[in-house]
Amino acid sequence: MSILLEVLYLLVFPGFLFLIAYALFIEYVDRKLYARFQHRVGPPILQPFADIIKLLSKEDLVPKKADRKMVSAIPLFAFAAVITAFLYIPIWFNQSFFSFQGDLIVVLYLLSIPTLALFLAGWHSSNPFSQVGAMRAITQLFAYEVPFFLVLLGPAIIADSWSIIDIVNFQSSNFWLILMMPLGFIVAVIALQGKLERIPFDIPDAETEIVGGLLVEYVGRRLALFRMAIDIEMVVGAALISALFLGGFDAFISVAGLSPLAQFGIGFAAFLVKTLFIVFLLASIRALFARLRIDQMVTFCFKWLAPLSIIQLLLITGVKYMGWF
Amino acid sequence: MAEITIPIGPQHPALKEPINITLKVEGEVIVEPILRIGYNHRGIEKAMEARSYIQNIYLAERVCGICSHVHSSTLVQGAEELLELEIPRRGLYIRTIFLELERIHSHLLWLGVAAHEVGFDTLFMYTWRDREIVMDLLELISGNRVNYAMNTVGGTRRDINDEQKKKLLKGMDALEERTKYYVKIATTEPTFLKRVEGVGILKKEVAKKLCAVGPTARGSGLRMDIRKDDPYAAYDEIPFEAITSDLCDVMGRTVVRVKELLEAYKIIKYAVNNLPAGEIRKKARRKIPENEILSYTEAPRGELLYYIKSNGTEKPERVKIRTPTLANIPSTIEMLKGGYIADIPIVFAAMDPCIACMDRVILVDKKNNERSMNWEALRRYGIKWYEVKR
Repeated sequence: MSILLEVLYLLVFPGFLFLIAYALFIEYVDRKLYARFQHRVGPPILQPFADIIKLLSKEDLVPKKADRKMVSAIPLFAFAAVITAFLYIPIWFNQSFFSFQGDLIVVLYLLSIPTLALFLAGWHSSNPFSQVGAMRAITQLFAYEVPFFLVLLGPAIIADSWSIIDIVNFQSSNFWLILMMPLGFIVAVIALQGKLERIPFDIPDAETEIVGGLLVEYVGRRLALFRMAIDIEMVVGAALISALFLGGFDAFISVAGLSPLAQFGIGFAAFLVKTLFIVFLLASIRALFARLRIDQMVTFCFKWLAPLSIIQLLLITGVKYMGWF
Repeated sequence: MAEITIPIGPQHPALKEPINITLKVEGEVIVEPILRIGYNHRGIEKAMEARSYIQNIYLAERVCGICSHVHSSTLVQGAEELLELEIPRRGLYIRTIFLELERIHSHLLWLGVAAHEVGFDTLFMYTWRDREIVMDLLELISGNRVNYAMNTVGGTRRDINDEQKKKLLKGMDALEERTKYYVKIATTEPTFLKRVEGVGILKKEVAKKLCAVGPTARGSGLRMDIRKDDPYAAYDEIPFEAITSDLCDVMGRTVVRVKELLEAYKIIKYAVNNLPAGEIRKKARRKIPENEILSYTEAPRGELLYYIKSNGTEKPERVKIRTPTLANIPSTIEMLKGGYIADIPIVFAAMDPCIACMDRVILVDKKNNERSMNWEALRRYGIKWYEVKR
């Protein structure tokens, strides 16, 4: 029975199928918001799904010079990494199927893999544009990853646990950590924008400079896989930030005496609302700014984001040291 | 670091028109840019010799899709000068209104393109949405959105009635309000500023030496505007300012264009409110006496030159067109030097290039046999190419 349940968790909910559906929905929300910010109509709700189906039906091409095995394996790798990362993030009350001490680190690690996969993909497609894109992606990785890791360390220190579920439970019994670490929340959202390579950090695939960059040689189902992986990465990133700063499934309602179904409903609704809020923030950032140059991006990250996250970390350690929490 | 040569174009997904830029780079920094033009020969000048002046008006309009009216105006102006015609003031005013409407839509388009080049798509969408206001006005009066066919030798072909006047004024008010908002965005948005400030520097003396024209020259502090220097159409009667900026970078060119938009609204409002009564055109003779003339106007992109040689018939002997893009090519090479690879699109876009309008000739280097190939050689080359492929 428990094995069957675990398979169900992995493949249907909240695993594979739910995640794909929700990722496509998130892509729709993002694109629609972006379009409305720009006074455009935007895509219909099934458009991301239709895009994926269309890509799956396309001809399969690999450049002659490229390494066929690598080119095929990399998207799968990225896709698997982000799907796995999602399994450790609790999305309703006390449900953490695969939770253990240290799963926060595993999630952070798995979230770095798509960027590395993109780098390898760009590098192995043996196209000058994708190689320039790959170099930019890897340069950018070092810039945003440092502040991202530093600020996500904060909640773990406060809650005294490396497990995401413990951090969420700490927040539901005390308060949301965004109240204590607003700075950390802001830095985390900006760094996530960099991780997802969106404006103003869409330098690796700058359309007007290097014609799509990284994925310029990718077509058909491999491109579809990459796009799915990036969409899912967005869900995982949003869910992670909502779990660490916005109290995850906590909705200010005491669920002690409620039936499991009601508990699930409330927690799941809180998860949806919070991830959508973060997607709203990400879409606004995308609509508000112009693309930076790679040197400006690195300067920005090390001059502003990293010091801010260190200040945040020092404040947290100070609070902890004084024994206030 | 070693120098690397990167060829971009003439066929390239990032380029909308055929041009070749060969870059010698050290890392991300450009050491020497080499621009090569001449990939697009449309034969317009030759076609003009085979057509009458009246037919040539419509051909000239098709030199450029953005600034079509200014091309026909320059041609017509030259022909009128050769005929020594006195044009009715109303005709000149209507011509001026169209010239400025065209400037508005060209500059709004440019602002959108520039924003897109630096990845600021929201501004791109906003400006192109507001550009529809002026496009609709152009369509309202002339019936067309791109090639208006308003000019004829001796005046204009269509009049502006009172209702159209009202709509013009209303449209200008709406655009003025929007443009003020864009001025605010373009001068305060931090990421946009980061991409345009100090990028593509062109010093005043260099701009003068390299004969820059239009907003490129004015953005470097050179006060040169044909509308002021040698007024044509009705510009001598209409009060306006020639905008310049001392910033000498892409920001300077942006400021010049955006402020020129505000001036254009003023010009149109004044022209509409003070539209003289009377005829819109004068009948002109078809045959133009033998002479030659250099006719020039201030197109949205800069100084536009038409050299017309007439031979006493209804067809010109020779028409030479020099578009502002060609005049700005040397300055652009100067701007690219020492810049970053990532800045090429915005620096290049900052002169508002129109390659297909500019190219007049295909260069064939017979000595090195670089680009010449006869039919037989081409056939052999093709067969060999596919054999290797197979």
